[in-house]
Amino acid sequence: MANTLSNAAGSIQFDADVLVIGGGPAGAWAACSAAGNGARVVLVDKGYCGSSGATAPSGTGVWYVQPEQAKREAAMASREALGGFLADRAWMGRVLDQTYDNINLLAEWGYPFATNDEGKSQRTSLQGPEYMRLMRKRVREAGVKILDHSPALELLVDDEGAVAGAMGVRRQQDESWVVRAKAVVIATGGCAFLSKALGCNVLTGDGYLMAAEAGADFSSMEFSNAYAIAPAFGSVTKTLFYNWATFTDEAGTVIPDAAGRHRSVIAKKLLSEKVYAQIDRADESVQAAMRMAQPNFFLSFDRGGINPFTQRFPVTLRLEGTVRGTGGLRITDQSCATSVPGLYAAGDAATRELICGGFTGGGSHNAAWAMSSGFWAGAAAADRARHLGTRTAKRVVTRAGGVALETRNDRPFDPARVTRAVQDEVLPYDKNYFRTGTVLHHSLRQLDLLWSDIRQADAAAPEDVVKAREAAAMTATARWMFRSALVRTETRGMHKREDYAKLDTAQRHLLTSGGLDEVWVKTRPAPALAVQEVAA
Amino acid sequence: MIELVSAERCTQCNICVAVCPVNVFDAASDGPPIIARQSDCQTCFMCELYCPVDALFVAHDAEGPAVVNEQVLVETALLGSYREAIGWTPGSRDRRGTDQSFKLTQPH
Ligand SMILES: Cc1cc2nc3c(=O)[nH]c(=O)nc-3n(C[C@H](O)[C@H](O)[C@H](O)COP(=O)(O)OP(=O)(O)OC[C@H]3O[C@@H](n4cnc5c(N)ncnc54)[C@H](O)[C@@H]3O)c2cc1C
Ligand code: SF4
Ligand code: SF4
Repeated sequence: MANTLSNAAGSIQFDADVLVIGGGPAGAWAACSAAGNGARVVLVDKGYCGSSGATAPSGTGVWYVQPEQAKREAAMASREALGGFLADRAWMGRVLDQTYDNINLLAEWGYPFATNDEGKSQRTSLQGPEYMRLMRKRVREAGVKILDHSPALELLVDDEGAVAGAMGVRRQQDESWVVRAKAVVIATGGCAFLSKALGCNVLTGDGYLMAAEAGADFSSMEFSNAYAIAPAFGSVTKTLFYNWATFTDEAGTVIPDAAGRHRSVIAKKLLSEKVYAQIDRADESVQAAMRMAQPNFFLSFDRGGINPFTQRFPVTLRLEGTVRGTGGLRITDQSCATSVPGLYAAGDAATRELICGGFTGGGSHNAAWAMSSGFWAGAAAADRARHLGTRTAKRVVTRAGGVALETRNDRPFDPARVTRAVQDEVLPYDKNYFRTGTVLHHSLRQLDLLWSDIRQADAAAPEDVVKAREAAAMTATARWMFRSALVRTETRGMHKREDYAKLDTAQRHLLTSGGLDEVWVKTRPAPALAVQEVAA
Repeated sequence: MIELVSAERCTQCNICVAVCPVNVFDAASDGPPIIARQSDCQTCFMCELYCPVDALFVAHDAEGPAVVNEQVLVETALLGSYREAIGWTPGSRDRRGTDQSFKLTQPH
């Protein structure tokens, strides 16, 4: 059973109203919003709030739409079929409203939006480094205590099961931290399985594991196989620019139908041979716009001595998992509460099915969701803290973490081996991009064995504990993903079943999943349809 | 991956130690930070952006280490080139706010 937390535990201790775990856009907005609602806030990040996570090194399009009914209607309708008819119009509307307000706030705070030729401010995209540098500044000005390089390892719960804080390590100080809080916001991002996609190696599903140990469940975890195009040698995934590319095979023959928007053709080809791209359909003005839109796209080319407009270069598809998928912690109400009292989820840590069903691919929705859900979760967490008042001062809290943290006097925990074993199941295109019942079964058997193996392993050594918990979180995440994928015997959104290649109108429902030692999946009804469902 | 901390340029401010999301660097008591865990580098280029004196260089290959020559990097103006491109050097401020993404995302 979990350990009671003694008062002496932890080298440094904080008492807060709200603890935010993760300092990407979702966590930063949550912290600002909680502080703005009067809460004393601590924000911990595994890396550095401002440079860490999927947004900071990237450029993100944002779902910023003028509040005019026709434009909103078109924006919502355009995604209905792509998302597999699972999104919820009411949530789309809320997110469009909140995103519009937040982006305009960013302009007030000094974010340097570009202007078009008519001098009109263009607010549909954000440069990651600028945006997150500004957000860190706002978080600090709001009086939030930031702990960088301080990964959370596990949650604390009270005797009624409500979340009461978290603990982790400060990896540059060789000490641990404990934050007791009246409410916790999980904003740890998605899970990209250490695939080296831009900025994603901090995103290993830690928040999912912590939340699951406290009893939270998940939704839409079958929509977790987002793959993005990158040069074979590079980290920068930017599928948009490949809309101007021609794809060729080893011999230089054009691959029919391969395109940025038709990545499955590329994935199929990559199973047997190398694939090359050349961005040869971009004219000079497009080339110039690309360089000004995302300078880092060109770093690996300029530095590797390749001109991507005139030369072919090998490409790969990097798994971004739930980062540009839509699965995550299940949200139970408009405040972004999870199924556990005192625990809220925001950004990629939460499901994005509410606004984009079973498909995002980024496409502006994730950024809009991160800033909106963060804003709501932070405000709700502050509210809960105010309602609890001083009642929590004397509560006894216990540690909710298990795997890799409990002494077992058994085999040592080897994080590198576990990570490789998970990657062997989730990275290959013929297991995760194109799914079949037989292969999913086989992968799940491996992953279930791996889980029972690490459950019995000894607590990780202090220098290994962060990586061990990451490896455990990835194992758990892969099991929720594949168990859900096995249950959905159809093709919908980004979930592609080779053995069930068509959308099945009888399966227009959502899948809830959860559990650690025993993983379970249940169906629940999807929101009302706004348009007629049609097979893709 | 990260390949260079220029001893000549580095002022030992340790900003890179603070900002690297995956904790690749270790601060040293008397000298520039050390690339202590290169294999953890995720090739995100963030350290380069935050180094105030362009002492860092991240090579293009995300899959493995590469050999770089500081002299050549200086001559080819690659040291500091990313910071300049996004408008974070004193001489390139006018590049902030020139994001042209809107020209690429409109229907074409
Ligand atoms: C290359 C790329 C391009 C993209 N482009 C677009 C786009 O154009 N439009 C769009 O809408 N979306 C896009 N996305 C998706 C978008 O970046 C994400 O949806 C967004 O970053 C989510 O924000 P977040 O705050 O939830 O997570 P993140 O930004 O990933 O931040 C998560 C934070 O949590 C921290 N963390 C993780 N584990 C722990 C732990 N155990 N303890 C403490 N902290 C922890 C991390 O260090 C990180 O700082 C893109 C993603 C990538 C990778
Ligand atoms: S940021 Fe630059 S100057 Fe500062 S310690 Fe790192 S390399 Fe040296
Ligand atoms: S490129 Fe990114 S991961 Fe690598 S050292 Fe620099 S900041 Fe760290």
